[in-house]
Amino acid sequence: MTDLSSLPPYPHRHLLGIRDLSPFDIELLLDRADAAVSISRQSEKKTSTLRGRTQINLFYEASTRTQSSFELAGKRLGADVMNMSVASSSVKKGETLIDTAMTLNAMRPDILIIRHQSAGAAALLAQKVGCSVVNAGDGAHEHPTQALLDALTIRRAKGSIARLTVAICGDILHSRVARSNILLLNALGARVRVVAPSTLLPSGIDQMGVEVTQSMADGLKDADVVMMLRLQRERMAGAFVPSVREYFRYYGLDAEKLKAAKPDALVMHPGPMNRGVEIASEIADGPQSVIQEQVEMGVAVRMAVMEALLDPRRNRDGQNA
Amino acid sequence: MSITVFQRARIVDPSRGVDATGSVIVDGKKIVAAGADALNQGIPGGAEVIDCAGKTIIPGLVDGRVFIGEPGGEHRETIASASVAAAAGGVTSIVMMPDTDPVIDNVALVEFVLRTAKETASVNVFPAAAITKGLEGHEMTEFGLLREAGAVAFTDGRHTIANSLMMRRALTYARDFDAVIAHETQDADLASSGVMNEGLYASWLGLSGIPREAETIPLERDLALARLTRGRYHAAKISTAMAASAVSRAKADGAKVTAGVSINSLSLNENDVGEYRTFFRLAPPLRAEEDRLAMVEALKDGTIDVIVSSHDPQDVDTKRLPFADAAAGAIGLETLLAVALRLHHNDDVPLLRIIDTLSTAPARLFGLPGGTLKPGAVADLALVDLGEPWVVREADIRSRSKNTCFEGARLQGKVLKTLVAGRTVFSA
Repeated sequence: MTDLSSLPPYPHRHLLGIRDLSPFDIELLLDRADAAVSISRQSEKKTSTLRGRTQINLFYEASTRTQSSFELAGKRLGADVMNMSVASSSVKKGETLIDTAMTLNAMRPDILIIRHQSAGAAALLAQKVGCSVVNAGDGAHEHPTQALLDALTIRRAKGSIARLTVAICGDILHSRVARSNILLLNALGARVRVVAPSTLLPSGIDQMGVEVTQSMADGLKDADVVMMLRLQRERMAGAFVPSVREYFRYYGLDAEKLKAAKPDALVMHPGPMNRGVEIASEIADGPQSVIQEQVEMGVAVRMAVMEALLDPRRNRDGQNA
Repeated sequence: MSITVFQRARIVDPSRGVDATGSVIVDGKKIVAAGADALNQGIPGGAEVIDCAGKTIIPGLVDGRVFIGEPGGEHRETIASASVAAAAGGVTSIVMMPDTDPVIDNVALVEFVLRTAKETASVNVFPAAAITKGLEGHEMTEFGLLREAGAVAFTDGRHTIANSLMMRRALTYARDFDAVIAHETQDADLASSGVMNEGLYASWLGLSGIPREAETIPLERDLALARLTRGRYHAAKISTAMAASAVSRAKADGAKVTAGVSINSLSLNENDVGEYRTFFRLAPPLRAEEDRLAMVEALKDGTIDVIVSSHDPQDVDTKRLPFADAAAGAIGLETLLAVALRLHHNDDVPLLRIIDTLSTAPARLFGLPGGTLKPGAVADLALVDLGEPWVVREADIRSRSKNTCFEGARLQGKVLKTLVAGRTVFSA
């Protein structure tokens, strides 16, 4: 990696949410991630930054993309990575999160990556273990590395985040990606809009630092970035919206709706996509789409986060007690 | 039995509107006299005299909503351990909820509770029986037989009866026995997977919210049925300004309606949830500060009749979980009085009114002895230092479960002595 000693040490022990980060912390992580991108693009991708360190991925929800991204990030930094597959573990036998955490903690990992269906699970884990904890998504609360990789993708394409207009479209109510992004984009001075049917907006959305609209035309007007969110299948059939057909008609991103945005607007999606539900295939694969870049930036951001949390300078300062 | 004289105390007796310096004479199980002129015939010969200068005597608290784990959840709380906690909190009578395993929905269970209480408890324990068998909301329990056996009220505890016809029949039939139907209202569909008050705070935490309407929609239905049936209806634990105004309207219409509030809804709000603190996951959920203020106002203006602890012991197996997976409920017997006294120390609610809603009014509502210091009454009382500060420490909690919302809280007002039927059951 680039000369780390030139970067200031990172001040936090865990990454539980964007809410805990200052704009300075965010920029620092993005700078580190920028440097990590080049490692992944070399033919020799392995470094020794985290050699001898142990990383455990504890995923209570299936997630091919995020889990493999964390795994690859750890391996490229030289860490020993262990995946706890919840489906085949004692978790299925009724062991509580805290008991599992205590057990894993006794194996002395250096960093725990957790994905859990309940909001606050990562924070709960962080209270009980002696190592660093990274929230890889907790219920509808936060998904900080997703927001960071989105920011990195935007920053590399647009130069900076400040003063950009970003439209976040879709199921805001259940989305941890939306919450983390709203926090991060506001912290870095972007103008944030949310576009969704009212049944998919959380209570108090008008006080969350965003402009709210039910119209894609209004929401995307002159936008620099269009972020689409995934709509879970079980929410499409009458519970929150009446049908896929109607949802796509009003909220699905197609060429016509995208015209409202700036011609060079970026189209983003955290994946996995429902083609034809929230996004048309031609747009997902079109020239404005940076969905593949997001995946690449995901590995870089996760490398940066882990390396920042495990920065030996911080340990020497005793802050890792 | 011996005679005890509590001398030079401040005597607060809402049943007679008394707030005066004087004495209380207890002879055996009864109060002989209490008030400024209690000693106008001198100190009775052979009496033990306790100087209570600067201290206050109140009728023992009557807690109308207490969840206990016996039978079925003795690791959380037994009738005996709850009674020790109650005594330390100046609570001399508790109305025990039927949410046990098995449910208190038949005569044998009522008898079991009364027998266990007689053998193991130091305070009075009055069982409330289920309205419907198994708390399932479908079939009525034997109101008459249960009442004869000693059930003081009917309630489905934590459960809300969804079926309007069931509720109508319960109110109608209970009227024949002059029995109170006490009901917590939460619309299961509207509350859905909600775990805290709906609003901005829940949204940022990513937790599903429970709208206020989930409480008020079934409550409004119940109040309409109370008007229709003329049955006695008690809104057991209201938490919203909307609910208070609904109760107030029903009362103005002359319906036989009363209302209770949990001490938590009077003293805490949704911000106390902080970073997913599961001890603050309650039912009803902690609401916004405006709702808390509305509860205080409703307490003052008489819309709310009683304050309850809603004591609900939960162990680590149900609380050491992510917030949405944790059980609702907090213990409260030991802190009920001191937390309620915050309203007195802040000059929000007059002391006489606070003690009324903690003691006299609930005793009257459920037809229980106690709640008064008048001559001839059973000597259930508490000696309190209203001004003494103390800090709630987990290590000092007597309840078998430690899920208090007031860990580390600085409270003012300490119980020094609690008497049940003249017997000292707690002494600080």
